[in-house]
Amino acid sequence: MNDSIVSLVDKYHLIAAFAVIGLAMYVAYWMSRNLTGGRLHGSAIAIIIGLALAYVGGITTGGSHGLADVTLFSGLALMGGGMLRDLAIIATAYGVRLQEVKKAGLRGVVALFLGVLVSFVAGAVVAVGFGYTDPVDITTIAAGAVTYIVGPVTGATLGASSEVIALSIAAGLVKSILTMIATPLTAKWIGLDNPRSAMIFGGMIGTTSGVAAGLAATDARLVPYGAMTATFYTGLGILLAPTLLFLGVRAIF
Amino acid sequence: MVIYGVALLAGCMLAGLIIGDVLGQLLGIDANLGGVGIAMLLLIFLTGYLKDRGKLPEATESGINFWNAMYIPIVVAMAASQNVAAAFSGGLVAILAGTLAVVLGLALVPVLTGKKVDDAAPLDARPPSHPPTGR
Repeated sequence: MNDSIVSLVDKYHLIAAFAVIGLAMYVAYWMSRNLTGGRLHGSAIAIIIGLALAYVGGITTGGSHGLADVTLFSGLALMGGGMLRDLAIIATAYGVRLQEVKKAGLRGVVALFLGVLVSFVAGAVVAVGFGYTDPVDITTIAAGAVTYIVGPVTGATLGASSEVIALSIAAGLVKSILTMIATPLTAKWIGLDNPRSAMIFGGMIGTTSGVAAGLAATDARLVPYGAMTATFYTGLGILLAPTLLFLGVRAIF
Repeated sequence: MVIYGVALLAGCMLAGLIIGDVLGQLLGIDANLGGVGIAMLLLIFLTGYLKDRGKLPEATESGINFWNAMYIPIVVAMAASQNVAAAFSGGLVAILAGTLAVVLGLALVPVLTGKKVDDAAPLDARPPSHPPTGR
């Protein structure tokens, strides 16, 4: 009986994911209303619940997809995977006014370059602080602080060791997860309540999943603006980290 | 029909991703350069064009709006399938590098945004003649 239910849920994994996420959203919005008096968005709580469950899933299964590695919840990987996420992000652009994008466009581009540079330098400083002296290691860890995709791509290009590449992925994951949690909490201080600052935020932080979830937890209307710039960030990082930025690091060390 | 909206969305996504892919190849990087952002711009242009000509009926719109409304649940599912365990097992180097990048990035947002001017006004503070983009 139990086995057949498990295999049924496993077979219809995407449908099960819809039901599970719906339930999690209900609980999160209930908590937002009744426990925080609406001060913390329901979506922020839902994302934090998701991350906590992902941690539990990762610890218990040893897999790399959080809760989605638990058989019953395997549909989460499809529902929250890149394909549907990008489709939904693009759909948020419906209703965006182009003047807003144009007005903040130049600042958005500046934020993109500055964002990659600042994250890279932050990662490099920490790597050097922990005693790394090889330019390849420093660059790979620094690239990981850009995003968890830029890190391994850069490491592979430069021929970094697998431990350093793993470290760079972890740095990128920390950045992404911290962005999800810290964005709604700091939004007021950094003025994240209008299309312009959202575009700049997307360029400065850049990690797509972090920006997507952070803005969703702050104000869903800001998502298209932040996502618009963030979508160029990883590509720009992959372009700059193993080339210009690596040469910069090598010139210093 | 609802599928027209979904197909329009899917078409924009594929076109944007193809353009992003070509851009990446031109620059010699193994990544899609801004495909999603290009798709967003395509969707804005196309729906604006169709709307001006009255060729975007409500049913078509609802095909796009459904995925728009599914955004937050999808992001929650994404959060639940993140490799959180690996982020914590990376040790202090990874945690500090990631944290410093976020702190500096967030701190620079107000610097780049500059003074609060008209076009950087909060969405909530808009006069009714400019309704907030909405959901």
